Amino acid sequence: MNYFLRKLGFYAVALWAALTLNFAIPRMLPGNPVDILLAKLQQRGGTVTPETRKAYALLLGGDSSDPLWVQYWDYLKNLARGDLGTSVSYYPAKVSDVILTSLPWTVVLVGVATVLAALLGVLLGAFVGWKPGTWLDSLIPATTLLAAVPYFWLALILTYFLARVLGWFPMQGGYDVVLSPGWNFEFIFSAIEYGFLPALTIVLASIAGWLLGMRNMMVSTLSEDYILTAEAKGLTPRKILRSYASRNAVLPSVAGFAISLGFVVSGSVITEQVFSYPGIGGRLLGAVTNNDYALMQGVFLFITLAVLGANLVVDLLYGIIDPRTRARS
Amino acid sequence: MTNLEPQTAAAAQAAQAVDPHVDAAPSENPVPEGRPRAGWRSLVPTMTPWLAIGLILVVGISLFGLIGPYFVGDPRQIRDIGLTGPSGEFPLGTTQIGQDVLAQLAYATRGSLQIGIIVGLLATALSAVFGIYGAYKGKFLDESFSLLTNVFLVIPGLPLVIVISGFVPRESRGLWTIAVVLAITSWAGAARVLRAQTLSVRNRDFVAASQVSGERSWRVIVVEILPNLLPLLAAQFVFAVIAAILGEAGLAFIGLGASNSSTLGTMLFYAQNGFALALGAWWWFVPPGLIIALFGMGLSLVNFSIDELINPKLKNLRQHRKRARRAARLERELARSTRRAGGDTAKESVR
Repeated sequence: MNYFLRKLGFYAVALWAALTLNFAIPRMLPGNPVDILLAKLQQRGGTVTPETRKAYALLLGGDSSDPLWVQYWDYLKNLARGDLGTSVSYYPAKVSDVILTSLPWTVVLVGVATVLAALLGVLLGAFVGWKPGTWLDSLIPATTLLAAVPYFWLALILTYFLARVLGWFPMQGGYDVVLSPGWNFEFIFSAIEYGFLPALTIVLASIAGWLLGMRNMMVSTLSEDYILTAEAKGLTPRKILRSYASRNAVLPSVAGFAISLGFVVSGSVITEQVFSYPGIGGRLLGAVTNNDYALMQGVFLFITLAVLGANLVVDLLYGIIDPRTRARS
Repeated sequence: MTNLEPQTAAAAQAAQAVDPHVDAAPSENPVPEGRPRAGWRSLVPTMTPWLAIGLILVVGISLFGLIGPYFVGDPRQIRDIGLTGPSGEFPLGTTQIGQDVLAQLAYATRGSLQIGIIVGLLATALSAVFGIYGAYKGKFLDESFSLLTNVFLVIPGLPLVIVISGFVPRESRGLWTIAVVLAITSWAGAARVLRAQTLSVRNRDFVAASQVSGERSWRVIVVEILPNLLPLLAAQFVFAVIAAILGEAGLAFIGLGASNSSTLGTMLFYAQNGFALALGAWWWFVPPGLIIALFGMGLSLVNFSIDELINPKLKNLRQHRKRARRAARLERELARSTRRAGGDTAKESVR
């Protein structure tokens, strides 16, 4: 039980750190959102009076004349109520509403792609690592090319060949624009068709990490005594591979899920930009170009929350599947 | 960004799994049967085709970035031959406004390498401070550093970088700003691996001996502990360089890169905004990404060889490979001799 409490405590601290970072970033950095917006207004030929300044400051979240701890307290209070402010670029929509409409797209896309990549990578890695030194195993270093490919560039290449040259898939968007979103067969089919290329990008770019990790652990598991014992008992190789070697070798891959998920989410944020996908990454980048600071912070918060939540679930599961972690703590 | 990291995570796991009292140094490799090898030989990776490819890629691309810019023309010169494909005069074609893609590529490679090395050094230094110093001091400092590391590990890096860069006004978004931001968000993974390894080195007798003889802690760390971590630090530096180049490319691609530099990411940004994809100008957007991927692959391949040396869990890999090769050779010889002897026993000997 201690293990689970410790994990919950850690994620509470991580959550607090993320919230505080989100609060501190705009206040620590040299650029002042109000100044940037006013400068933009002036460039377009608007006149800036102290009243405009005050209006902008209010729009962007309160007076900055309060002491810092009061601002911090207000910020936490607003978060607890789910109030992330008003989006400037989607005015007068609330930030939370803008995020909630785009969140399902990203969650489904990244979720499906990550699970697929992890499953395929772990299976292939177990298969290859089972017989180290064979010709298949000697091809493994080639996968480092996939691991080093920038997500968004892979997206460009796939779009160019599969969508533009061969015309198999649509180039951009999340669904056919003539359809209206809803739970009907036509729309879901269209969403799958449009989501195929982004998902393929994420799977291809992230599979190498899983494969390499699994293969390395498989090789080291093979030298364990219990494998030798299993062989001496006369068990079939298939049984040893399935019940003894892969089960133990997969543990670090599960434990490393946290790190990989962060990378996948980071990669997919930019990938969405290439496909003009209606997900949360596209919203984040749109917010950056439109100086929509409230939306920017809101998206960051949501992404962090999602990643922390997924990690918490995996960590708790890990405590159940590997009893040693519970004993150690 | 990539997920090259699971490999390091596995290494960390492996390092933790090793009993701290067992020497994990590669010189402890069980020497395979046959002639005994000199001790230092086991510290140098054996030359495999993959290592050779890796070295060629890394050296070639580094040279292209270092001296390439002296041989190409002005990357900014505008000509009236927009979007022409590869030709004799312009081996990689031209951009939308007739700029030489090859010239741009040379300068951009230099820019990307520069930022990669700066961030690599910064991130490795940060991870060394938080990983090694914390683990050496132990107790409260170790606990708090470890907590900080783990928190930074779970907060997704690129969204954080995007938000930070979004708040910095464009004028003050220089090379160093981007480098520092990238370094701050990318040191955590390496710090965790270093901490695990430091914990195992810290308890060895020679460290205790130097502590008893009254050495100061910085001296113990630098003279006694650091040399044992050098291969690991090198591997972490290589990872940090790859991650930095990829991270910067991503940032620049969405228009948040350093305002005064030209990198491979900036090239891709201009290609995307110049509708290179829609116009089918593959020579404009393929080369920059390919350089990043190949450079990253080269560094990973070099790291692969280092990893087989420093990761105690992969020690038996080389033996496996050697054994497999010998088995294949024997099999071939056997097959040849039986063929000479006549086909009668062929079936039996293949087995």
